[in-house]
Amino acid sequence: MSARDLSVGIDVGGTNTDAVVLDDDGRVIAWTKQATTVDVTGGIRAALAAVLADIGTRRHDVSRVMLGTTHATNAIVRRRDLGRVAVIRLGAPASTDFPPLAGWPVELRDTILAGSLLAGGGHLVDGYPISSLDVDGIRRFLDEHTGTADAVAVCGIFSPSFPDQELEVASLVREHLGPDIPVSLSHEVGALGLLERENATVLNAALYRVAREVTEALLVAVADERLDADTFFAQNDGTLMAVEYAARYPVLTIGSGPANSIRGAARLSGAENAIVVDVGGTTSDLGVLVDRFPRESTLPREIGGVRTNFRMPDILSLGVGGGTIVDLANGVPLSDSVGHRISEEALVFGGGTATLTDAAAAAEPGVIAGRSLPSLDKATRGALIEALAIARDRIESAVERMSLGRTNLPLVVVGGGGFLVPDRISGASDVLRPERGNVANAVGAAIALAGGRADHMGDYADRLDAIEAASRQAIERAIQAGADPRTVEVVDVLETPVSYATRPTLKVSVKAAGPLARIERTDTPAPPVSYSTKGNS
Amino acid sequence: MSTTSEPLRLITRDDVAPLAAGAAVFGTGGGGAVHTVQLSVETSIERFGPVRLMQVSELGPDDAVILLSGIGAPSVGIEMLGASAQVHTLIAEVERIIERPVTAVMAAEIGGSNGVSPVGWAASLGVAVLDADGMGRAFPKSTMISMNVAGLASEFAVMGDVVGNVSVLRTLDMAWLERHARAFTVAAGGIAIGAHYLLTAETAPGAVIEGTVTRAIEVGRRLLASTDPVADMADELAADVLVGGKVIDIERLTEGGFTRGSVTIQGIGTDRGRLLRVEIQNENLVVIEDGEIIVSVPDLITIVDTETGEAISTELLRFGQRVSVLAWACDPLWRTERGLELAGPDAFGYDLEYVPFTPRTEAVR
Repeated sequence: MSARDLSVGIDVGGTNTDAVVLDDDGRVIAWTKQATTVDVTGGIRAALAAVLADIGTRRHDVSRVMLGTTHATNAIVRRRDLGRVAVIRLGAPASTDFPPLAGWPVELRDTILAGSLLAGGGHLVDGYPISSLDVDGIRRFLDEHTGTADAVAVCGIFSPSFPDQELEVASLVREHLGPDIPVSLSHEVGALGLLERENATVLNAALYRVAREVTEALLVAVADERLDADTFFAQNDGTLMAVEYAARYPVLTIGSGPANSIRGAARLSGAENAIVVDVGGTTSDLGVLVDRFPRESTLPREIGGVRTNFRMPDILSLGVGGGTIVDLANGVPLSDSVGHRISEEALVFGGGTATLTDAAAAAEPGVIAGRSLPSLDKATRGALIEALAIARDRIESAVERMSLGRTNLPLVVVGGGGFLVPDRISGASDVLRPERGNVANAVGAAIALAGGRADHMGDYADRLDAIEAASRQAIERAIQAGADPRTVEVVDVLETPVSYATRPTLKVSVKAAGPLARIERTDTPAPPVSYSTKGNS
Repeated sequence: MSTTSEPLRLITRDDVAPLAAGAAVFGTGGGGAVHTVQLSVETSIERFGPVRLMQVSELGPDDAVILLSGIGAPSVGIEMLGASAQVHTLIAEVERIIERPVTAVMAAEIGGSNGVSPVGWAASLGVAVLDADGMGRAFPKSTMISMNVAGLASEFAVMGDVVGNVSVLRTLDMAWLERHARAFTVAAGGIAIGAHYLLTAETAPGAVIEGTVTRAIEVGRRLLASTDPVADMADELAADVLVGGKVIDIERLTEGGFTRGSVTIQGIGTDRGRLLRVEIQNENLVVIEDGEIIVSVPDLITIVDTETGEAISTELLRFGQRVSVLAWACDPLWRTERGLELAGPDAFGYDLEYVPFTPRTEAVR
């Protein structure tokens, strides 16, 4: 009985849907790039079919399929397929200065908001109640919104530290609106920071239909191929969640692309700590890999104009890519790019637009295999080379900025425009260009760990208890997301002291992660088409 | 410096973003983040209409001005947000004490979030905002306020929390007020708002720093419209750009409600080879280069993003950021003997002699 040791990673990007098959040693044994389709699902199916066709009978050894997708982001940005949400905030009279969804783009608010209630409830930082839970008020509100709300979002002040009230309200909601109404609870979605967490919770609730569609799309694609594989979704911090978890927390899939790209680049190059640059047609995106995980941004992130406090990879995006147009009169790169039309428009491809790809070809003939530049006059050639120097300078200073002064980190270069990065970069110990760097993001999805996170506020004196409590919860969540209970571990503990508290107080944020529970070959054949999800035990 | 324009008469919703950007510049690294409060002030003006901005010279015999400010932990402030009734409860108590209506409110400090929120409170209360503040910047302690320099006492203070508890404090001096206000804030769950220093047409002149709301809005407008933000900020503020460089080291720790530490900036471009250290206690206090003090508190030191010119508050400073350090002269009031005693280097525990900062650019002007 051989181990079913193949994983499929699929990454849905704006232009391409990439897929890879990885063996147990992390080798890429098949890969493809397909066009992303408008319905997204078509691209996923095409990519999955293409890599499975490549591996022949070994398709039976595929035990996992991991998907990183832009479904949720698209739905929010395009305001499509969003549900109407009844929002219940617990904490009145506190926070009444800031009504729910304040600061949202008006049309998005109008699309999503079925109604909101600022109800009594919530806690002070030390757990003392702000006011008692206004059960009657919540009941009345639910009665008013029966039939008009598709989903409910609940957000209580300091609920990440004291979640009981949100759970109580969730039961109230189900009693009133039926057991099938989707309910999003803020303590399960985000960290401290009321408005940002509430925004994320409301978006999550609004995405319930998208969540259903995307999880079904993956399950159908997998079932259509008759794969006996578990399915996972990549989330914003570079870890995976089981499909049933993704169905409940679709908002967590947002931002998984850059995280996958960083981890994939790391795996392909073998680095555990590195700076990663993904050079595309329009931008170069830089990230940092710290002990196997993407370094996270400390700044608030906006999704479709809505401020959230998700932990996203710390990405520095430069307007420098293979398709970046060069101003030949001044010898500088412009902010515009020919984007995916590069294979028609660049000089080296017989087009009429000077791009950074042409600049690289001018500096080092042969950089684009099988292509050479038409003969250029001296001024044009000079301008191209000057522009390339400026672009490389920008990349170099971005690397320096991301490295935080450490010069012993290697730079891993992936993406189609990797030739823009010189072989020596000040600020990096080495420049690595792994094979298959063009599908690093799909590789990242295929190798992602299952993870969970939890926040806890506690007395400084009980510091260890606070860390313990948060760790336990984070580990529980990682296992829920599919991690193997035997190998899951705490990978990050962040402590923040809180001033003006009754006693010295500490905020602890813990992240746990681990490899997915391993699956041995079963003797039962692959089931017929079925949409149900499977466990991971 | 730009020619001083006519003072504003009315603060509209569109003035809030510039006010917030300007207040961040005057926050000199502290004073709290302005984003959330900007949102609440904009919402407040949308609901209640624009706010009248009143000059000190316009104060009449019936006017009563009270200072309003928030106090508390930023990490609690992002979670337990203010109640709309909170400021009404507070002002009702003030009016009960002074036995007449409050007609205007004033920011205790123009720097940071406390420079922005009084505008929203004024909108909701239906009163004016005085075009002045008590610091002309941000400071960490309530003793460091212009009325205290002028020798004006605050006879009472009123504190209020999010649920509606109100406490009236009559303390011997500002130092005791600081202590009791902190105790109240702790009981309130880490965040509270306070009203103190009743000002009138008689007491306000000379005891407040005038024109600072208009200034903050002007600075913010210039910043938001600028294509060369650092140079324009320097021009607008009559400031020197001490260095353009990148952050290569940050030390930060929180003790007793204060963030202490330092940030080291290495010069780049024309400043290559230079190394500056900025000492921080909530605000940016001292700049040192080659062991020599270049600027110190109470003069103003703000670290801005080299590309956008936006002020970067202490908690958002990060390694590798491209920043420029701006310094400019404080209000003359802080350079008096009493001013320096309250808010000079000594008051922050620095054993150094204060040398008033003179921008190099001033000689050229």
